[in-house]
Amino acid sequence: MVRLEGLRKIFKKGTIDEKVAMDGLNLHVREGDFVTVIGSNGAGKTTMLNLISGTYTPDEGSVFIDGDDVTHLPEHRRAKYLGRIFQDPLMGTASSMTIEQNLAMADLRGQRRGLGWGVKRDRRDFYRDTLRMLDLGLEDRLKDTVSLLSGGQRQSLTLLMATLSMPKLLLLDEHTAALDPKTAELVMGLTEKIVTENNLTTIMVTHNMNMAIRHGNVMIMLHEGKLKFDAEGEAKQALTVEEVVRRFGADLKDEALLC
Amino acid sequence: MLSGLFRTVPVSLEQGFAYALMALGVVITFRILSFPDLTVDGSFPLGAAVTARLITLEVDPLLSILVAILAGFLAGCCTGLLNTRLKINSLLSGILMMTILYSVNLRIMGRSNIQLLTVKTFLTPLENLDMNRFIPMIAFFAVVAFGFKFLTDLYLHTQNGLAMRATGDNEQMIRTLGVNTDNTTVLGLGVSNAFVALSGSLVAQDQGFADVGMGIGMIVIGLAAVIIGESMVGVRGGKKTVMRMTLAAIVGSVIYKFIIAVGLRMGLAPTDLKMATGVMVILALGIPALKGGKEGKLHLRGV
Repeated sequence: MVRLEGLRKIFKKGTIDEKVAMDGLNLHVREGDFVTVIGSNGAGKTTMLNLISGTYTPDEGSVFIDGDDVTHLPEHRRAKYLGRIFQDPLMGTASSMTIEQNLAMADLRGQRRGLGWGVKRDRRDFYRDTLRMLDLGLEDRLKDTVSLLSGGQRQSLTLLMATLSMPKLLLLDEHTAALDPKTAELVMGLTEKIVTENNLTTIMVTHNMNMAIRHGNVMIMLHEGKLKFDAEGEAKQALTVEEVVRRFGADLKDEALLC
Repeated sequence: MLSGLFRTVPVSLEQGFAYALMALGVVITFRILSFPDLTVDGSFPLGAAVTARLITLEVDPLLSILVAILAGFLAGCCTGLLNTRLKINSLLSGILMMTILYSVNLRIMGRSNIQLLTVKTFLTPLENLDMNRFIPMIAFFAVVAFGFKFLTDLYLHTQNGLAMRATGDNEQMIRTLGVNTDNTTVLGLGVSNAFVALSGSLVAQDQGFADVGMGIGMIVIGLAAVIIGESMVGVRGGKKTVMRMTLAAIVGSVIYKFIIAVGLRMGLAPTDLKMATGVMVILALGIPALKGGKEGKLHLRGV
């Protein structure tokens, strides 16, 4: 489904601040996999997502999604392949626009946008039903602007928008890290539900090792732009935070991981 | 005193509606696209220059206006291309185009001004009606202003229009949904400056001349109108709808012209007009900041 081959990305090449963010990464994600990604700050987790989504182009190597070579495809042309959610709840929605307008924009992911009416009446019922699933009362607030919503509500809406038109791949970039624990739990529960129900191929970057172990069927660990460790299936289910820390403690200089 | 105030009303309405299209253009760039476009100072006289030159060449007045609109559109697109393709800072892109347009306007006109009082313009039939000239003029400019406001409202609710609004609101988000935000930016700037050029074209025909200097400070006037309008109409928080924003441009433009007319009557020197307008904008933007609020600040990209 997703194949990364020998990905290299160097920032500020040739300067004193040169940083090798991605150092020949190889990764194969099969259809229906739910991959969790851990690693300390600067390990290359977000860079990997940026390379997959097209925010950056790699210096070397290739990115394949669903068999297509998308290495040099600009970000906006990869939209039909993937939905992405960022850490910051403000990044996934247009705050001055209404809930239904945001959903209508997501509905047209990767399609041509003409002069047809933006929010179609027959889709509005569909949006309402979809929102009802969130159980946040948003189904009665279709015409409210998103700026009136809380962080957790916005992130839940973003999750709906990312999966509304069922992309082939879902990228989650620490999407619960900026939320309070209770809301984070709620959003993660929704994520799990949507991903399982639709058998979505998912890559989730997280700072929380517990979350990485608890969710998904594959866990990988990045270190200095390379794949350091991966576990899947039963081997992954058997993992504990203590064991990972014991084996890789030296590379995980990040207390946040342990909570 | 009071009758003096009343006498300024018709002229404020006439000029206010004529300049409203320019303010509408400013709303599209500054408010919808969050792009601080300064091309306005050049595209406003561009519209006037194109129309004036073509009319004196005996081209049909309506056709002259259409060419002016197209010229404004292209000028705006150029600013957009400077910013998106050549990665030049948004403010500087506008300043560059405005400077270039000064020469372009002189080229178009062949001299620094063209008078239109003795030739037949698009407005001549209206002026020759057997009634007070203010009545048809105000009616015409009001219909044009509200007509374009209505079209803008409609467009900004289409799929394409939603993408343009999202470009100004959250560029990263709409890009991940598959929109080429470079294109929406260029298109928005084009449409905005088409409005501005149309406004310049109509103003030139109304006042009876086109002058290469008539655009100086135009963006500040536009901003003043938009800010005044937004406080009158109430554009904030959940009420920040497209309909209100475009209405604010028209209302603000009329009120601005009224304030200026009253100021002139009370002894404000015409040479101090631009300073007065500038101070007005500084106060409107600055007072909320001094009070410690953030509401007055403009959220802009690329600055």
